[in-house]
Amino acid sequence: MTKKPGLSMYWASSCGGCEIALVNINEKILEVIDKFDFMFCPCLLDTKKKDIEALPDKSIEITLFNGAVRTEENAEMANLLRKKSKILIAFGSCSNDGCIPGLSNLYSAKDHFDTIYLNNPTVSNPGGIVPQRETEVPEGTLHLPEFYDTVRTLSQVVDVEYFIPGCPPESNQIWDVINSVIEGVKLPPKGSVIGAGTSTVCDECEKIKEDKKIDRFYRTYEIIPDTKKCLLEQGIICMGIATRAGCGSLCPKVNMPCSGCYGAPDGVLDQGAKMIAALGSILNLEGDLTEEEITGHTNKIMDSIPDYAGTFYKFSLAGSILKNSVRK
Amino acid sequence: MNTKRNENEFEPKILGFLCNWCSYAAADKAGTMQKPYPANVHFIRVMCSGRVDPQFVLKAYEEGADGVIILACHPGDCHYKEGNLKAVGRHNMLLRLLKQFGIEEERCRFDYVSASEGGKFVSVITDMVGTVKELGPLCLNGK
Repeated sequence: MTKKPGLSMYWASSCGGCEIALVNINEKILEVIDKFDFMFCPCLLDTKKKDIEALPDKSIEITLFNGAVRTEENAEMANLLRKKSKILIAFGSCSNDGCIPGLSNLYSAKDHFDTIYLNNPTVSNPGGIVPQRETEVPEGTLHLPEFYDTVRTLSQVVDVEYFIPGCPPESNQIWDVINSVIEGVKLPPKGSVIGAGTSTVCDECEKIKEDKKIDRFYRTYEIIPDTKKCLLEQGIICMGIATRAGCGSLCPKVNMPCSGCYGAPDGVLDQGAKMIAALGSILNLEGDLTEEEITGHTNKIMDSIPDYAGTFYKFSLAGSILKNSVRK
Repeated sequence: MNTKRNENEFEPKILGFLCNWCSYAAADKAGTMQKPYPANVHFIRVMCSGRVDPQFVLKAYEEGADGVIILACHPGDCHYKEGNLKAVGRHNMLLRLLKQFGIEEERCRFDYVSASEGGKFVSVITDMVGTVKELGPLCLNGK
């Protein structure tokens, strides 16, 4: 019997949803185990880091790496798995673009520690104790990995072959990728986004799209949308227009606006900036308004969104052009 | 005007997006009027202020610009009917986003300058350079 190619899956700064998405391919997981030697996955298997360290370099065929790089430990595992894998895939939004963990890049590591351990109204910490890299105890010195000042994406830390976006990636898309490897389909060029489309969610969305001109934005609780019409045309901030296709427009299909989890489509550097470009062009500023009236009117429309960075970069802040806030 | 620069003084790098039909012509006008203005702004001519993708602005900051200025036609004068209105909406939204990133709104300015307003062009540019000079360099990503 020839040796089966190795498969591994690791979570760094993530929620575990990517592992769920993998096992959501249901009974096909048996086929995966039949074709691959599932070597490492802390969520599902008992193999340890030392087992991976003992392997020769490049001995794992494919590693699906989900999670962003928040701590020194995340970076260490990213480097280790890079060394041991032939194909390293950034799997899921966190490792692609930072996802929800990436939103913390609007604040520094110190801001986080101050809020979490000192200033939170529900925290009582009279000693002002915050986590230390090293702590002396009678038994010796305890070490904690460094909590970096920013969250980074996998490709900002190590070289990555492919990118599978999504929060989490859709199970049918995961299966398509795995199946094409099983069937020996020629792999796309390095750096490609796989398991997703190239265009936008709007391309897959079946709602009726007409000319867009809006007078105000609505948050989802403020309006009951017309289920046939484009949500954006109704003033609901649907990120579909600046988000990569691949999910089958699952959220708009049930009248929830797309929140952008598949990241930027092909040819777009920055999802948030592209969303601004799109929204800025559909504001209704018609009529002979003066300069002051235009400013007043746009201000009124804009005031209805409380959190621009959180809305436009919910999934892509760490991978955006600016990456993090200015540290004062 | 004293053109000699103090070597210790911070000289900001500012990127200016000028509309072909109005502000770029206004810059020419300022030139023919021989009105001096600070040389800190690097101009890029675009066919319309509506062509200025917010990605351009963010990219400029990332590449080391301390400020970005977008100059457009007055409302109603846009060569393409409403490109300037798209630009004003994007700029307003971008300012709110930049604020969350800790970038002062004075670093991203939008104004209307018509082809005949050489004088306004000079005063807007001079004002922008002065404001950014006072703010100091923009330090992104630990640079």
